[in-house]
Amino acid sequence: MHGSAFQGVSRGQVDEVTFGRVYDRQVILRLLPYVFPYKRLALIATVAMLVYTVSQVSIPYMIKLGIDQFIDVGDFSGLTVLFGVFIAVACTNWVANYTQQLYMEKVGQGVLYDLRRTLFAHLQKLSLSYYDKTEVGRIMSRVQGDVWQLQEFMNVVIMTLADLLSLAGIIIMLLIMDLKLGLITMAVLPLLILIMAVWQPFAVKAFLRVRRAISIVNGALNENITGVRVVQAMNRQNRNLQQFDEKNSEHLFSNLVASKLSSGLIPVVDILTAVAIGLAIIFGSRMVSLSQLEVGVLVAFIMYVQRFFDPIRNLTMQYTQLQRSMASGARIFELLDVEPDLVDTENATDLPRLTGAVELRDLSFSYAAASKEVQTMARETGEERNGTNGHGDGNELPDVLKNLNLEIKAGETVAIVGPTGAGKTTLVSLISRFYDVPRGRGSILVDGTDIRDVTRGSLAGQMSMVLQEPFLFSGTVRDNIKYNKLDATQEQMEEAAKAVGAHDFIMSMEEGYDTYLAERGVNLSLGQRQLISFARAIVADPRILILDEATANIDSYTEMLIQRALQKLLVGRTAIVIAHRLSTIRGADKIVVLNLGEIMEVGTHEELMNSEGLYAHLYHMNYASIEAPEPATANGASSRD
Amino acid sequence: MVGAYTSMIGATVAYLFLPRYFGEAIDTVKNMLEGGQLDNAAIFTIVGTIFVLSVIRGVLSFFQTYLGEAASQYVSYDLRNKLYDHIQHLPFGFHDKHHTGNLMSRAITDVENIRMFVNMGVVRTPYFIALFIVVAVILLRMDWKLGLVAVSFMPFVAIQSGFARLRMRRAWLIIQDMMAELNTVLQENLTGQRVVKAFASEDFENQKYNNQSREVSTSVIRAERLRVSNTAFTLFSFQIALALILWFGGSRVINGDMSIGELAAFVFYMQILAMPVRMSGMVVNSYARAASAGQRLFEILDLKAEEEEAQGSTTLSNVKGHVKFENVSFSYDEGVPVLKNINIEAEPGKIIALLGAPGSGKSSIINLLPRFYHADLGRITIDGIDVNDISLKSLRHNIGMVQQDVFLFTSTLEGNIIYGKEDATYDEVVSAASVAQLHDHIMSLDDGYDTAVGERGSTLSGGQRQRMSIARAVLLDPPILILDDSTSSVDANTEEEIRKAMEEVMEGRTTFIIAHRLSTVHRADEIIVLDKGEVVERGTHQELLAKNGKYREIYELQLRPQEEVLRDMDLDDDGKAIVSGRANR
Repeated sequence: MHGSAFQGVSRGQVDEVTFGRVYDRQVILRLLPYVFPYKRLALIATVAMLVYTVSQVSIPYMIKLGIDQFIDVGDFSGLTVLFGVFIAVACTNWVANYTQQLYMEKVGQGVLYDLRRTLFAHLQKLSLSYYDKTEVGRIMSRVQGDVWQLQEFMNVVIMTLADLLSLAGIIIMLLIMDLKLGLITMAVLPLLILIMAVWQPFAVKAFLRVRRAISIVNGALNENITGVRVVQAMNRQNRNLQQFDEKNSEHLFSNLVASKLSSGLIPVVDILTAVAIGLAIIFGSRMVSLSQLEVGVLVAFIMYVQRFFDPIRNLTMQYTQLQRSMASGARIFELLDVEPDLVDTENATDLPRLTGAVELRDLSFSYAAASKEVQTMARETGEERNGTNGHGDGNELPDVLKNLNLEIKAGETVAIVGPTGAGKTTLVSLISRFYDVPRGRGSILVDGTDIRDVTRGSLAGQMSMVLQEPFLFSGTVRDNIKYNKLDATQEQMEEAAKAVGAHDFIMSMEEGYDTYLAERGVNLSLGQRQLISFARAIVADPRILILDEATANIDSYTEMLIQRALQKLLVGRTAIVIAHRLSTIRGADKIVVLNLGEIMEVGTHEELMNSEGLYAHLYHMNYASIEAPEPATANGASSRD
Repeated sequence: MVGAYTSMIGATVAYLFLPRYFGEAIDTVKNMLEGGQLDNAAIFTIVGTIFVLSVIRGVLSFFQTYLGEAASQYVSYDLRNKLYDHIQHLPFGFHDKHHTGNLMSRAITDVENIRMFVNMGVVRTPYFIALFIVVAVILLRMDWKLGLVAVSFMPFVAIQSGFARLRMRRAWLIIQDMMAELNTVLQENLTGQRVVKAFASEDFENQKYNNQSREVSTSVIRAERLRVSNTAFTLFSFQIALALILWFGGSRVINGDMSIGELAAFVFYMQILAMPVRMSGMVVNSYARAASAGQRLFEILDLKAEEEEAQGSTTLSNVKGHVKFENVSFSYDEGVPVLKNINIEAEPGKIIALLGAPGSGKSSIINLLPRFYHADLGRITIDGIDVNDISLKSLRHNIGMVQQDVFLFTSTLEGNIIYGKEDATYDEVVSAASVAQLHDHIMSLDDGYDTAVGERGSTLSGGQRQRMSIARAVLLDPPILILDDSTSSVDANTEEEIRKAMEEVMEGRTTFIIAHRLSTVHRADEIIVLDKGEVVERGTHQELLAKNGKYREIYELQLRPQEEVLRDMDLDDDGKAIVSGRANR
């Protein structure tokens, strides 16, 4: 089983090193604690494995006994007794074999389950800085692909252990039965080891190439599926297949080389087996003639030698899997080692129910401060405009927010406006504590408490956020609306849906609130998804509601309905609203105009219009695009004043 | 493949001679004991034969293994190409319903399962079966009574494996589906981290994932129990047969009916079967996995690709861009109509704007034109030709789309712009980027057009990404242009820039445009207002304003300060004076 699922786009230099190892002590050491909870099962499995090996190894010996002790001397009743013993051994072997494999599997599954759980929980703890810089496909490949690799690894470890045990058993039996003949027979071992030593570096290289090829293939596949709409709209299918075929061919070819190498060991093992058996026969027969050896021993020797090479042959076959698993293990632990950079302080307290006052004090922020590697995020949200203005070059990360001071009273509706890249989204992300502001770079207080001193859960529990891109989960409409308030009643849910005008279209679907939203709601339009995420935010009964361009994808009419609903819903709640369409925020208690990370103006609509600053400019531009070319429509706008 | 089988036969033959010589060696030794004379020459002849046979066998099994492996690799190579190509030809309706994660797991795990089976099942199974049969024949011919005893275990193994195979196949189907589900939960959680964090629902998510994860574990153990009991039983019956040989054969030796060497040969022959017996469990397992994997793969490969759904073969040339929707109705799912009886006529070079609430059917209309979906009723024509009669390639070649969700491929900026037209010159790229107002920004980057972008396109902001999509469409120079919500997420400044760009682009092309903001749509030649899949109003900006209908209402909503509108509406509700006229629906 290959199962390198979602290996996708993850190819780093680190992988090169880790890819090639067959045994990585670090990985093994860190895996052991996961086995520990299952030590009882593991013990049973180990005992069963020992019993299994002993019974397995004893069979040729019993044949030897039969030949030498009974058949050779014509003792039929003795042979019958031996037959009984043989049957008993076979039964033991059966039970032990079953127990051994099943319990190992149970241990393995337990470990995998724990590992998946740990990984998932760890991922929940990582802050958005991590997600900003890490592709989802890459994390997926760790949690799915690499954990699956470890499952295969468990199987291989079990087989390898069994093989090693029986190898040991056979060697012991050979030496016990006849020390001299045993040593002679095993004379081929050094030769085998030598050949393996020469073979190994080639194999490492070949299998490394295979794995690199498959991860390229999977990456290409993943991208094509994700971007299939563009592919079809652009008629790219033929060209894409051609490109994919190149990658796929490389994978095929590298596999052929690798299997040539692994098959190459077969004749070697076969010939060495023959040599060992030949040695046993030549020296054995001489010893028999000198009465130093019984015939049965010779039979048993041949049987043992034949079995002797089975484990070795298996070991070479498991080789690639071991390599692959070690690489996977290393990657999994690398992920677990990513320190969550946003953790509650030791004496963090739970916030009491908030009134909703928010205060920014001397707040400055740059993504570099949050995490050195989050430059991409900074560019994404903050630097578009900075770049054209000749500020940030990308190398030195400028502050996205500069020394902000702002007081939002409980229950106020505050609008944040400003051109793209002004830092609006960053500001609300900080208030939601998606990122921590480093101490000394100002602070954010809610109800007078620094948000870094409280548990994130108690803060987030009292805030709701509606983002520009609505994100729904696969599940029913009901699941989605009640997402952060599982105990919401049907009435609460419907009320929220009605408030944002989602109720009607939900009911128009065949199964109403129980309609299943496939793949995050692609069966709904963007606007409909947004309405549901609005309802979700409202059901949560937040003290502070943050709307980050929440209505950008909704038509004006629906937007108006939402605005109206919000008027009621926002009574007694604090709201922070980011909007481009300035007409929608005219009624805000306070409008904060941000530009290049600085607060330019604060005031009500009237105040700002009178001061004729940036706000007034933006406001006029909002209308200019309609009014300029069509002066005749003044009758529509005339009702404005 | 043929080579694999030939070398397999050769290897088998060589292999099967070996036990006879082992037995002969034992007999020689035995005879020697009775005769008291060690026949060195005989021993060396035997050992030499064994050696030669082993070398032959080794070399041949090298070819057998290698060729078997190669055959399986070729199969998986073909399958992967086929799947890749098929998936990219499946219609939007399919992709709406299937998660990327789900498709990936099929393309990776299921293909691999089938590959393993080709190697294990198709190449090795005949080898094992042949080995069983030939060994059985040899044993029966050497001593039919003892031979009968020796082969007695085989039927048990066959029957047991047959049953196990069926049950395991079912078990694996379940596991694969559960794994896909687990993938989905994970993928959504990761993609929606911002939401998870905003709602502090980590615990809930943990629980959701762990439940699914536990189910996977449980069902894997269930399947493994089947496999384990099968392999353990197989090995057991084999050992019983061995015990019987020793006992029954021993008694025959004692009675003088056969020699010790013959008995030893029997044992050695049985030894040959030890490996296949152990492997048979794995073969059965791989069969079960492959059968369920095959089922899942063919579920997809058997679906009709979009070309096959309509037999269109006409190639468009010199398209003027006269687009007509005639009585078009459409639904994604039966019984839930999305579009009802839509009629639109777009003369060449005209701009048609579509307006309406979420779910009113705007996007559906524009998705029907490039045949991403098929209209249930009515027809859509371009220059009088039914789109169903036009080959997909030619149809889409003539339609440029700026889509809502911008997807950037792992490549350079230039690579993404020329995505639909790879032979574009650098000058063409620059001019397309300039039209999309991107050129200056791109040049300000260190690597300019060679800047690498990935799936998340993190070097570009939302607005810039949308302009990438515009540049892409511009480069294609299509006679028909579709702009879907293309300027909704940028501020007024940027929107203005794009609008200017678009005006230039729309020149001389038939354009369908969806946008919420009137600033983008008001200069259209015809504005179509949709509600619940029906056209409720149509006309030019002026006409619609004069109508005092829904358009006017939207217009006022956008231009007038919000709180005034709200006040008016409250008045509306109270049944008093109506200021804005149509604020109420």
